[in-house]
Amino acid sequence: MNPQLLQLICFYLFGFIAVVAALAVITLKNTVHAVLSLVLTFFSAACLWMLADAEFLALALIVVYVGAVMVLFLFVVMMLDIDQEKMREGFVKFLPVGLIVAAAMLVEMLGLIGVKAMHAQVMGADPAAMAGVSNTAWLGQALYTKYLLPFEVAALILTVGVVAAVALTLRQRVDATRHESASEQVRVNPRDRVRLVKMDAVRPAQPTPVPPQEPSS
Amino acid sequence: MITLSHYIVLGAILFCIAVAGLFINRKNVIVLLMSIELMLLAVNTNFVAFSRFLGDVSGQVFVFFILTVAAAEAAIGLAILVLLFRNRSTINISDIDSMKG
Repeated sequence: MNPQLLQLICFYLFGFIAVVAALAVITLKNTVHAVLSLVLTFFSAACLWMLADAEFLALALIVVYVGAVMVLFLFVVMMLDIDQEKMREGFVKFLPVGLIVAAAMLVEMLGLIGVKAMHAQVMGADPAAMAGVSNTAWLGQALYTKYLLPFEVAALILTVGVVAAVALTLRQRVDATRHESASEQVRVNPRDRVRLVKMDAVRPAQPTPVPPQEPSS
Repeated sequence: MITLSHYIVLGAILFCIAVAGLFINRKNVIVLLMSIELMLLAVNTNFVAFSRFLGDVSGQVFVFFILTVAAAEAAIGLAILVLLFRNRSTINISDIDSMKG
């Protein structure tokens, strides 16, 4: 079979799965099922990125999103005791509005894209392969030279995110566990904790044996 | 033959599904957060497609940064959600109106 035709068939297959799973995300009643549908959407999108020769990002999407973020979502969904029925209130009421807005946006976007104008742009040779390197090397060469400062800032953002998430959810439970207040620990002065004393090195006097007290009669 | 418009139309469809999700799930914060993730995915798909078809690496670098920021956003958003549920015992948006004048 023609490899380009095969690519196109794969694109339609993955695209169809992604769209159906995305629809399931916003319509399913059970939130756990919605999260699992979102996992399927991300996985299909990763396959589509793989078709576009973005191998590193496709694998990063699976590792970061499916492996970390979606598991976090699942944890939160299962941890919180949510009344599923109450959450569905207003679903039917807002459904027409949502559909109209989404359909209008889609029509506008498709008109803006000008499907026919861009249809001529066929996927050519892989730019990374033309440069003679793999996709990861191609991305890394740009990331560590031209975009080094944004890369460091991204690392900083992640650190701030971790600190913020921990600080938000840290619970001061005085009843169950022994713990120390962090602000008290930071505010403490070394002079309050350690006292240095100067004294001569002398041999302590020999303790004199105390004679046993005689019972007084 | 996959063309550029294939990817862009798919990104547009995913984005509009996410917008519809924001409208019809107005009570459930978790689904709202998931819709935002879906929007970011649609945008990332467009970035990847343009990067591939124009032969420019900047698009893929941007996707990398968007993934980073989205992960931090999801972590902080879920932390706020847990805190909200601990204090109010609900994540229903219509119950969170204490700042209404």
